[in-house]
Amino acid sequence: MAESTVHQSRSRDLDKLLLRPGNLVAPTFEPGAQLRDDLQEYARILVVGAGGLGCELLKDLALSGFKNLEVIDMDRIEVTNLNRQFLFRLEDVGKPKAEVAARRVMERVSEYDSDDKPIEETVKPMVDGGTEGFKGHARVIIPGSTPCFECTIWLFPPQVKFPLCTLAETPRTAAHCIEYAHLIKWDEVHSGKTFDPDDPEHMKWVYTEAVKRAELFGIQGVTYSLTQGVVKNIIPAIASTNAIVSAACTLETLKLVSGCSKTLSNYLTYNGVEGLHIKVTEFVKDKDCLVCGPGVLLELDTSVTLQKFIDMLEEHPKLLLSKASVRHQATNLYMQAPQVLEEMTRSNLNLPLFELMGKVPRDIVHVTGTTSRDGKKASCLRKLCLVFKGADAVTDQDMAVGA
Amino acid sequence: MAEPKAKYDRQLRIWGEHGQAALEKATICLLNCGPTGSETLKNLVLGGVGSITVIDGSKVEPGDLGNNFMVDESCVGQSKAKCVCTFLQELNDAVKAKFIEEYPEALIGSNPSFFSQFTIVVATQLAEDSMIKLDKICREANVLLIFARSYGLTGFVRISVKEHAVIESKPDHFLDDLRLNNPWPELKRFAETIDLNVTDPVAHKHTPYVVILVKIVEEWTKAHSGALPSTRDEKKEFKDLLKAGMYLTSRGINSDLLRIMHDSCSEVESNSSDFWVMVAALKEFIANEGGEEAPLEGSIPDMTSSTELYVSLQKIYQAKAEADFLAIQQRVKSILKRIGRDPDSISKEMIKSFCKNARKLKDEFNNPSVAELQKYLTDEEYSVAMGFYILLRAVDRFAANYNSFPGQFEGEMDEDISRLKTAVVGLLSDLGCNGTTVTEDLINEMCRFGASELHAVAAFIGGIASQEVIKLITKQFVPMNALTEQITTSWDGAVDLLQVKCFITSFKGGIPYIFERYRGWQ
Repeated sequence: MAESTVHQSRSRDLDKLLLRPGNLVAPTFEPGAQLRDDLQEYARILVVGAGGLGCELLKDLALSGFKNLEVIDMDRIEVTNLNRQFLFRLEDVGKPKAEVAARRVMERVSEYDSDDKPIEETVKPMVDGGTEGFKGHARVIIPGSTPCFECTIWLFPPQVKFPLCTLAETPRTAAHCIEYAHLIKWDEVHSGKTFDPDDPEHMKWVYTEAVKRAELFGIQGVTYSLTQGVVKNIIPAIASTNAIVSAACTLETLKLVSGCSKTLSNYLTYNGVEGLHIKVTEFVKDKDCLVCGPGVLLELDTSVTLQKFIDMLEEHPKLLLSKASVRHQATNLYMQAPQVLEEMTRSNLNLPLFELMGKVPRDIVHVTGTTSRDGKKASCLRKLCLVFKGADAVTDQDMAVGA
Repeated sequence: MAEPKAKYDRQLRIWGEHGQAALEKATICLLNCGPTGSETLKNLVLGGVGSITVIDGSKVEPGDLGNNFMVDESCVGQSKAKCVCTFLQELNDAVKAKFIEEYPEALIGSNPSFFSQFTIVVATQLAEDSMIKLDKICREANVLLIFARSYGLTGFVRISVKEHAVIESKPDHFLDDLRLNNPWPELKRFAETIDLNVTDPVAHKHTPYVVILVKIVEEWTKAHSGALPSTRDEKKEFKDLLKAGMYLTSRGINSDLLRIMHDSCSEVESNSSDFWVMVAALKEFIANEGGEEAPLEGSIPDMTSSTELYVSLQKIYQAKAEADFLAIQQRVKSILKRIGRDPDSISKEMIKSFCKNARKLKDEFNNPSVAELQKYLTDEEYSVAMGFYILLRAVDRFAANYNSFPGQFEGEMDEDISRLKTAVVGLLSDLGCNGTTVTEDLINEMCRFGASELHAVAAFIGGIASQEVIKLITKQFVPMNALTEQITTSWDGAVDLLQVKCFITSFKGGIPYIFERYRGWQ
């Protein structure tokens, strides 16, 4: 009994939002204690990344009524994280981020636990955020209604790349000297040894070489800090912007799950460089999007084997996709890597694709592989809509939707 | 032990060592350490400010555990200021953290001189009457002040500063001053040494475009008795001459800088700020050796060029910038002497930074009128945000009358809605906005919020407040809605509430937040 009193007053502020009816809410909003309890019991949230934004998100979500939080991060904690990733302390340097972050949040929020309860397969909304210096963005992605990540991939700023001839022959800036040492000189001197940006000895070597080159050409401005910045492509980051963007992401998550207010539609930009500007843009779906669009239509004979299909992808003028891995629904038909999966799926290569896909006349497959665009290789994901010739005797609903 | 520099690496890349030094010297006072205040301080402690003083008279209640990350179950019943302070200290041992267990409202009333020891006061969750008192105290003591408040799904941040001169505004997309329209002798001579008609295609391709443009402008002015292309036809002709879309701006200084130079503050006297002394020196420079131009910054963008030509060109620009700096420095010294101050009291670094940024100085301050306020209230895009602005002020009126906020307690909702409506009508009428109103939906929404302080909203508002604090302390970047400001000049203490300058934004489809900075109360 005492337990439940504590429980109720812990959500003192949140209860106002979740237990009372309102006019400016989503149509699905059903205020009440049940809603609050369901958020805790059924909503499962995956946080990708336990960096500056991830640390904030875990805290914000844990204090916004969510109990089932999971976090993925492959990195280990570094000293340079400590100015913003507040779940980490000096003694944590070197430990896995995901592990420390989860433990610290659980220490503060005692009711947090990570029960594994299965939930219904349904639409999974995604909230995405990013920051750079005083600027950031937050957005809501609802599969089927808003643009997907791929639709708006052009929003990412282009990467700065210097022409090799500039680096080799006419360097003019400090960055040119650094990239020369990093991309050209390193390989010349250390044949076969891979450059490791996290090895301070390697970084110092690049710095020393860059200084020499700068002196040779009379160029100013090579510093150790700049060398690290250029080589590791460091994006400056501060706690305040991370806090703003994470809080916006958390509010949208809470609104999406509970319906307690209308959600952001659908992309928010924050800019604190010159004054303070917040803008919301409503992006629309790209109908030709290779991820959320209807997919590239391919007609196939029912006899085509998986191997033959993979070969076709490489020659298809619209795709030019080599080394393809193929997935159908939740099944891996063929995976190029890792080795274990490759061995497990290799025997599928000689089987007809039509059979592997359960003999349906028409269905979607996802392929990943590498394409070359403007002479550069890049990995990519493609959505294909396969139609098997002569197998379309039955017209089902799926066809009408797919078309 | 990791070196402190490594910890701050990612932020040093933004505000530099001198920005960090300013933060490390700053003393910050926080009023009320609920989630809004705690989150503001968290971001500042992580960044390594000098010291924090947390002021809060309340004890931790179970309800605080649900919205404040800095308290846990072991804190219930203890001083909130103490618990929050302990947690913050854990984040960064370089920061001096202390707390005072006292209610801010009481301190404002009993000990106004207390606040003069701080660089900046961060006042959170204060009601309007306390804000007005504190504003007056901080203005008199010349202490920076920022207000932050979270209220349900809405909130605001306000900056109150007497005068704030930003020299390093660091705008995005600012073009280097190449002085192509008005080249100085050394640049002209350098351009003359280069032959554009070389036959070697490699050498030709590696001629920096600056040289090409200087030569073509020279050619043009020779043929047009010294004038730059100005009419549309002339510009078209010039463009054709270049076969490249090059646009020449007019010579001389921009209108923003001109307005600052014409401000009466640039007539300096013994108690003028360093900023205005430098503006006075700039004014003299422009009228004399500057030849009607601001000092050259000396930076040039990267461009296709041979290394040799590029480096030579860079040196010519840097030499001119150094000469301009020395001239301004000389003028600063003599002005300081003239007004009876130590000629070396403004550092070389400060003057250098001023020269590098002189062209970016802007003066922007507009006072919205009743008409503007009314326009915002009826404008479809802003009406929701403006409505919340009115409501955020109306709830304080409500609380002054009824000793609680609308919807704070269950069971009085209907009555509170009609009382809040009355408060809104009264406020709008006092503001001179008769006839305008706030929609029923918004009034209901405000009552639903019931003065709750939600963690995510507090983190959002606190994030913005801390970002503005950093901009104010480092004097880098432009604080919200104000460029180089000179608020004192026409501040006479009798400005009415409509002098509030609002920066309003709305979340399309969502709940809006309101941010504003203001000139003063009543």
